[in-house]
Amino acid sequence: MIAIVDYGVGNLFSLSSSLKALGLETEITRDAARLRAADRIILPGVGAFGDAKAKLDATGLVPVLLEEAEKKPFLGICLGMQLLFDRSTEYGDHPGLGLVSGEVVDLREDLADKTLKVPHMGWNSLQIVKDDPIFKYFENGEYVYYVHSFYARNCAASTLGASEYGNVAVTGVVRSGRVYGTQFHPEKSGDAGLRLLKAFAEL
Amino acid sequence: MLAKRIIPCLDVRDGRVVKGTNFEGLRDMADPVEMARFYNESGADELVFYDITASAEGRGLFTDILRRVASEIFIPLTVGGGIRTLDDFDRVLKCGADKVSVNSGAIADPSIIGAAAKKYGDQCVVLSMDVKRVDGQFRLFAKGGRVDTGIDAMEWAVRGVENGAGEIVLNSIDTDGVKGGFDLEMLDALAARVGVPIIASGGAGNMEHFAELFTHPGIDAGLAASIFHTRQVDIKDLKRYLRTQGVEMRL
Repeated sequence: MIAIVDYGVGNLFSLSSSLKALGLETEITRDAARLRAADRIILPGVGAFGDAKAKLDATGLVPVLLEEAEKKPFLGICLGMQLLFDRSTEYGDHPGLGLVSGEVVDLREDLADKTLKVPHMGWNSLQIVKDDPIFKYFENGEYVYYVHSFYARNCAASTLGASEYGNVAVTGVVRSGRVYGTQFHPEKSGDAGLRLLKAFAEL
Repeated sequence: MLAKRIIPCLDVRDGRVVKGTNFEGLRDMADPVEMARFYNESGADELVFYDITASAEGRGLFTDILRRVASEIFIPLTVGGGIRTLDDFDRVLKCGADKVSVNSGAIADPSIIGAAAKKYGDQCVVLSMDVKRVDGQFRLFAKGGRVDTGIDAMEWAVRGVENGAGEIVLNSIDTDGVKGGFDLEMLDALAARVGVPIIASGGAGNMEHFAELFTHPGIDAGLAASIFHTRQVDIKDLKRYLRTQGVEMRL
């Protein structure tokens, strides 16, 4: 069973539907026992970092997530990926879960071409930087769907895939141990996204 | 780099897809779930559903359809039509919509944009505008393009973005249904004023119109309905063609 962490952030309908479409058993939960019982955990999220982190903290699940992330495949999606990092500067300075080293900053800080639009929204080609079992069914350069204004940097050691936006290599996929993160939404990335989720379910 | 997006738009009334010319004389075309499947397989980058139902019963049919589409099609879904309150946002987001488009609802109560952006994020709020030239001005129209609000459309867009709209659909009433090409002058005027993604709507008649559209760097996506519904233009062919024209496309 794949547990999707329910902490009141974002819309889980598509994510759970996409896993179901792959024939995977899934459960949306905020119950620590269910997270411990799961084979895999997905941490979703949309919105602002500080607000989401506060909501996650309020569930009391953080110690459980940190513990389980060492034992089983763990995937953070979009803001859920950003939460894996050490810190974010979105509306202040907020500590993250510290599962992946690096920081989350405003894309505008690093974009040289100021006419490029932020949020970085739409389909961008994902370049595989380091091969990994998560790419078992994914071809280099396939398009994935992004919607975000902040991005992870100073995380070269854990970066598996990135997408070019102007002069910035937007961190697309990270991995540290059993913890994975995707900045884009695999559950909204058509067939290519489903194949990434399938590979995650087989890790 | 980001690919330009091709977006078919499905107007749904009482559970069926309809599409008229110049917003008048709607005619029934097909089953929305079937069409969504077809477009997903054709490589559509996103789907837009407009609920043009008036009755509460029809509204229930619409959310059922949305839920069915979102259960099997995993590309971004935008929903609009009759969105006036945060409850309306909530209702369609729970059924699997990713973005919600406001038009007349925002004209009636502009605070809906800010309230929704704060609750669901800017990326979730699409400001859709029907615009027509009146007395040398780009004028905002309400109620499906029937009512002149007297508001300057470009000012309206700037304010909408300031309040948190994360994307704009600009539908030109002047070119809608004419199939003579997108309203590039109007689109450029908008692109000069706002920094959020712009979806062009109204006027697509053939593949060349899309190629012409994407020579304008401020435009992110092209939206159309009837030319896709009637198979006059096949999305797969269109995207292949655009790529040969040097436009970045997801194939």
